[in-house]
Amino acid sequence: MTRVWRNAAPVLTVLMVIIAIWYLGAVRMNATWERDQAARASEELTTSQMITRTLTQDRPILPAPHQVAVGLYDGIAGQAITSRRSLVWHAWVTLSATLAGFAIGAGAGILLAVGIVHSRSMDQSVMPWAVASQTVPILAIAPMVIVVFASAGITGLLPKAIIAAWLSFFPVLVGMVKGLRTPDAMQLDQMKSWSASDNQQFWRLRLPSSLPYLFTSLKVAIAAALVGTIVGELPAGATAGLGARLLSGSYYGQTVQIWSALFAAALLAAGLVAIVGIIEKATLRRMGLAR
Amino acid sequence: MNALPIIGVWLGGWALNIWLARFDTRLSRMAVAVVFGATLLILWEMAVRIYAIPAVILPAPSQIAASFAANGSILWTDFVQTILRGALTGWLIGALAAMLTAIAIDRSPFLQRGLLPIGNFVAALPIVGIAPILVMWFGFDWQSKAAVVVVMVFFPILVNMVAGLKATDAMQRDLMASWAAPYAASLWKLRLPAAMPFLFNGLKITTTLALIGAIVAEFFGSPTRGMGFRISTAVGRLDLPLVWAEIVVAAIAGTLFYGLVALIEKKVTFWHPSQRK
Amino acid sequence: MDDTVIKAQGVGLTFQTADGPIHALKDVDLDIDRGEFVSFIGPSGCGKTTFLRSIAALETVTAGQISVNGMTPDQARKARAYGYVFQAPGLYPWRTIRGNISLPLEIMGFSREERAKRIAHVLELVELENFGGKYPWQLSGGMQQRASIARALAFDADILLMDEPFGALDEIVRDRLNEALLTLWAKTQKTIGFVTHSIPEAVYLSTKIVVMSPRPGRITRVIQSTLPRERPLEIRDTPEFIALAHEVREGLREGHSYD
Ligand SMILES: Nc1ncnc2c1ncn2[C@@H]1O[C@H](COP(=O)(O)OP(=O)(O)OP(=O)(O)O)[C@@H](O)[C@H]1O
Ligand SMILES: [Mg+2]
Repeated sequence: MTRVWRNAAPVLTVLMVIIAIWYLGAVRMNATWERDQAARASEELTTSQMITRTLTQDRPILPAPHQVAVGLYDGIAGQAITSRRSLVWHAWVTLSATLAGFAIGAGAGILLAVGIVHSRSMDQSVMPWAVASQTVPILAIAPMVIVVFASAGITGLLPKAIIAAWLSFFPVLVGMVKGLRTPDAMQLDQMKSWSASDNQQFWRLRLPSSLPYLFTSLKVAIAAALVGTIVGELPAGATAGLGARLLSGSYYGQTVQIWSALFAAALLAAGLVAIVGIIEKATLRRMGLAR
Repeated sequence: MNALPIIGVWLGGWALNIWLARFDTRLSRMAVAVVFGATLLILWEMAVRIYAIPAVILPAPSQIAASFAANGSILWTDFVQTILRGALTGWLIGALAAMLTAIAIDRSPFLQRGLLPIGNFVAALPIVGIAPILVMWFGFDWQSKAAVVVVMVFFPILVNMVAGLKATDAMQRDLMASWAAPYAASLWKLRLPAAMPFLFNGLKITTTLALIGAIVAEFFGSPTRGMGFRISTAVGRLDLPLVWAEIVVAAIAGTLFYGLVALIEKKVTFWHPSQRK
Repeated sequence: MDDTVIKAQGVGLTFQTADGPIHALKDVDLDIDRGEFVSFIGPSGCGKTTFLRSIAALETVTAGQISVNGMTPDQARKARAYGYVFQAPGLYPWRTIRGNISLPLEIMGFSREERAKRIAHVLELVELENFGGKYPWQLSGGMQQRASIARALAFDADILLMDEPFGALDEIVRDRLNEALLTLWAKTQKTIGFVTHSIPEAVYLSTKIVVMSPRPGRITRVIQSTLPRERPLEIRDTPEFIALAHEVREGLREGHSYD
């Protein structure tokens, strides 16, 4: 109990400070508008009036934390799940594309990694480009990819899933190749001395020793897939998904909507990474690799 | 029938690479990578021509190159606006802020234990999402793009730098203690040099993030120049070769940016096992 | 000759670990005089390193007290009384050998000329004159260890604490460094605390041999050397030397019979 507390206390303190700064910022940034309104109506605002008004605006420049919390709660629990105003519905649209893309990308990454480890020519052909491609801002052109697909008549889940797959593919490929290569010369020689077949060597040595690396990159990959999907929902015309909520919020100046969508995305990201983390722990423990 | 030449080129490139890979020298490795890239380009060009794929869906490499050559000044303006003003400025400010923050909280285990979990959490979030907010706050010009980049690169660099400042081994810290070294000396002479490999790890990861942030933020509003602006308007006019030319610029800029940071890393952390030759 | 530099009285040190307390030291009493060469010997885990670290204020004792030059260890550390050589070289990979030796001198505020002079001097002492410009990872393990000894010698601390400094070296280099260390000690009159696993090394070097035993770590025997201060290598074949070595071995065995 005290251990938990000792770990939680600093985090909670920092969170409180952030929230306090947030409130201060909300009052300061929203004050200009209130002052203008007051001047127009030629009334004087007391400090307490000022604070209550800046924290309850309809379209604040910076919504206060409790406004975001209310917006988030309303979006999640306050609507029928099938409603277009339900964050759960939008999150589901985003999540399904993310998961589809993640499955495709991670699967392809793992398969290609196995090929690369077994074929030298494949390694030398693909790896340099795979590494170089990481430096290219693929995500930035994601919205454009969507538009191009749309002009070819393909809309909905698939284009977004392709972007998500593309983004989760490289971390998995690189991590898995690294993992499959971790057994050192001594362990490989030992396998050889038992005259193990290639197959046995793969299943008994390479694959188990690659798992810690695989899971680390899966966590990166699923977060990247989510970001890819959200960015894929940004182009004008998209109406579903958390990215579309962000965009429509920014068109109509609905700042509370933007922030709620942002926090919903954050929760989704944290949840996905946590799930991969749980699977990782369970798997590694069963294999006796957990520390 | 049409597919035959494509399959031929593919098999040819494949066979050439299998043959080349047997040598396994530095030169042959480079050749393999180049052959692979060239094969892909040729296949792309052939596929577009043979199947007469319209340029609005996928332009051929030759069309992209032509557009690249024809739109030099536009591409340059966009490059300056998005990469130099937006991405680079933001990256520099964000990196500096993250390093200073890391040093500031280095003395306080309490702050570290408070900030690090939050930093790790935020580093995994879809931060590009704050772009619409920051565009609202800082206006349409490059300042808002730089602000997005600052927020995007801050946490990954912070997390790496804090880990780096802690990455000294116990014996080296004990040595410093046995010499009664004051805090500043142990920071300058031990912790900062030891943190460099970690710092550069963060700096390298964030070069791509910086470009992404700067380009994506332009989709939420920009002046009439910039790569994100150009991409979205060119898509509207179905001028796909220009879009792809911008993508090529982004790719080259990204690779150069990364390469430059990696080069500086090599100079600064020459002593690290991963850099020794 | 016989003013006490290090005085330990009833020293105990308990580490609180997840599986309960570990008594690394218990009831340790020891006086070390100025200019003495004291060796600590005993089985692995008996607290030699811990005791040396407590003297240098790298650990805090949980019972009893240690005084160094009439001060607490921490005050002595702040007065820069210690040169410490660890079990491993612990050189900074981003500094050359010269830069490594220069580091404590920079921290203690020596002038540039003074630094250059001292670096040249200690490099010669450990026979690394030609390697000052190399990086640690370009040197062999033994050379690295010599460089770390040079680093501890450079700033001329009164008390030299060495934790198995020659453990990783081959016999021949070890002999040479033992001789060099004795010469240096004779010349500078430093007080030296020295941890070793080698009985001959302990007998050859020391004026006082402290035998320790584990669980809890304590001193079982303190042997005053009868050898003269002037010691050629051949002294190791004299009956006097062999008798001393025998006594140390007895002490070690006695410690073992407890468990
Ligand atoms: N930081 C620590 N935390 C917990 N226990 C420790 C710590 N440092 C040492 N110990 C324990 O204290 C005991 C003495 O350790 P110490 O390092 O002093 O042994 P040593 O005599 O130097 O052994 P060696 O000859 O192997 O170097 C050991 O049982 C060890 O496990
Ligand atoms: Mg020890």
